[in-house]
Amino acid sequence: MLDFMENVPVIPLAEGVSWLTDRITEIFSFIFEPIQNQFGAFMEWTSGQLASIPPIIVILLVVIGAFFASGKKFGLAAFSLVGLLLIYNQESWEQLMSTFTLVLISSLLCVIIGVPIGILMSKSRIAQAIITPILDFMQTMPAFVYLIPAVAFFSIGMVPGVFASLVFATPPTVRFTNLGIRQVSEELIEASESFGSTGSQKLFKVEMPMAKQTIMAGINQTVMLALSMVVIASMIGAPGLGRDVLSSLQRAEVGTGFVAGLGIVILAIIIDRFTQSLNK
Amino acid sequence: MPVIKVESLSKVFGKHPERALKLLDENKSKEEILEETGNTVGVNRASFEVEEGEVFVIMGLSGSGKSTLVRLLNRLIEPTEGNVYVEEENLATMDKESLRKIRREKMSMVFQRFALFPHRTVLSNTEFGLEIQGVDKAERREKAEKALELVGLGGYIHQTPGQLSGGMQQRVGLARALTNDPQVLLMDEAFSALDPLIRKEMQDELLDLQETMKKTIIFITHDLDEALRIGDRIALMKDGSIVQIGTPEDILVNPANDYVEKFVEDVDRSKILTAEHIMKRPETVDIDKHGPRVALERMREEGLSSIYVTDRRRTLKGYVSADTASKARNEDVRNISEILNTDVPTVDKDTSLNEIFEQIYDSPVPIAVVEDGKLLGVIVRGAVIGALAGENGVTTENA
Ligand SMILES: Nc1ncnc2c1ncn2[C@@H]1O[C@H](COP(=O)(O)OP(=O)(O)OP(=O)(O)O)[C@@H](O)[C@H]1O
Ligand SMILES: [Mg+2]
Repeated sequence: MLDFMENVPVIPLAEGVSWLTDRITEIFSFIFEPIQNQFGAFMEWTSGQLASIPPIIVILLVVIGAFFASGKKFGLAAFSLVGLLLIYNQESWEQLMSTFTLVLISSLLCVIIGVPIGILMSKSRIAQAIITPILDFMQTMPAFVYLIPAVAFFSIGMVPGVFASLVFATPPTVRFTNLGIRQVSEELIEASESFGSTGSQKLFKVEMPMAKQTIMAGINQTVMLALSMVVIASMIGAPGLGRDVLSSLQRAEVGTGFVAGLGIVILAIIIDRFTQSLNK
Repeated sequence: MPVIKVESLSKVFGKHPERALKLLDENKSKEEILEETGNTVGVNRASFEVEEGEVFVIMGLSGSGKSTLVRLLNRLIEPTEGNVYVEEENLATMDKESLRKIRREKMSMVFQRFALFPHRTVLSNTEFGLEIQGVDKAERREKAEKALELVGLGGYIHQTPGQLSGGMQQRVGLARALTNDPQVLLMDEAFSALDPLIRKEMQDELLDLQETMKKTIIFITHDLDEALRIGDRIALMKDGSIVQIGTPEDILVNPANDYVEKFVEDVDRSKILTAEHIMKRPETVDIDKHGPRVALERMREEGLSSIYVTDRRRTLKGYVSADTASKARNEDVRNISEILNTDVPTVDKDTSLNEIFEQIYDSPVPIAVVEDGKLLGVIVRGAVIGALAGENGVTTENA
């Protein structure tokens, strides 16, 4: 049936993409290099600062924060206390701080980039038509694939890790921001316009506050995706708990792999509950 | 000078409004146009003027284009054709900036489902209009509190809308609209979401407020009773067109066509018609000129069993019955004031049929309709019953 295809030469798609990546790397190296250097240094510094705080203080702050964030309930606070102490006990504290830095910075950037794009999408049907398939693409492409251009652009370390996380984790924030704004009831929009709101007054006084819950749900997902990217990013040299998982995988050490994995789970649960309680 | 003047205003929803407009010129119906072009006619060349301080009601069945029309007035919906003048300025063609100014300073809207911002308190909802104008905090708070006081919600300023009942929420909606001190209030089915008792209360309150505010109000409703209660004039819409504009009486008494007549048919006439509509020209005698003899003579001529007595300036003095008059004649009484019965049943000209109905059954004589002590007319039992039965022509006869 596909006989006729025999005569069609293989389209050099892979070569094309490689060529494109090379060109981008070449042309934009004047941007990529300073980003890699400055931003890399900044991230090292951040995680260094975090690691230099005595762990007991960090743990206490988190526990107290958890207690209040969860509406003065003890569950999350107790879990945080035990979980963090366990990680400390396993001598993974420094890795935890690296991982946390990576997640924190990636998530912040995702939100800073994602929310405005979501707003743009909600305001323009054309933007929505263009951006939606791109988001689908970004989310369905296996996350590993992003590592390759990330390395091409930013070499190895934390910075390409953040880049890969950005590509992988931004879509939920964009989608939910768009959704949240579009869900605001027609009558409320009319009300704000009928009193003579400007576009930005409408956005900041009505649409964003009304969409807040939905946007926060998107951000929560983004943070979780960023965290899941951490293990993958360790393949290109991002430090942290992910690197421990990877090295134990390479050496087939079940025990250490499990401990590092457990650390990630504990961090994930704490971050998830924290961001969710911010939403209430 | 009218505050709002609408000229041949149209709105067509769809991709090819020009084609629909052309078909409208050919007098095609809304349905035909939808079938031929896929466009929906929202409003079809509406023209009217609203005077300062007037309550102008726009009424019609669901889908007749009321909401579209009112949104064309503040351009929440872009008109396809036509003009809307707000105090001489053409809203339909002005730029965004001027439009915003008009919306901020001259017109406010009250919505059917209240459209309060759930994330704001009652007070901050009420301040909204001033807030976006950049009025400073102290001033807008003061004005908002005053407006909330006016609608009876002074004690609820720190609640959120979700904590309030429907009626109270709409009071907030009204207060929010009043805080800007606009000339024009647009109210799209503002009371339709409320249950009947609350609804009536709100209507009364709006009328009370209107006594002092004297705003120009465009009020949308699909309910004729509501329209008749609060409207100074009523515009009836059908399929996007205005089919009749008139005072409540006009609409009831001279329905322009079958559509209006149908609308009007099931109105409870007892609530709408008043003493003025059913009174007759009174037969009287003059207290200074006439004696019992003249009174008797008049009664015999007109076939009455009693007759009202006034002075020369038609100030009501009382009545005499045929019995007392003939007794007086026999006793040779000259002056009618000696036999005058001053226990007169009176109503004023705005008394509703309902109340007259209650009064007239206990009354031995026709009821006198008075204004400032002057006798305007009399109401006989038959007229009340006739009017209640929906007899035509009762009103015009005495107009
Ligand atoms: N955005 C829109 N797009 C297309 N058609 C519309 C739109 N808005 C209203 N219409 C149509 O215009 C006509 C008038 O609608 P409108 O909402 O003004 O009626 P209404 O008199 O307010 O009815 P109701 O009493 O149900 O509120 C209807 O046929 C409706 O389907
Ligand atoms: Mg409507």
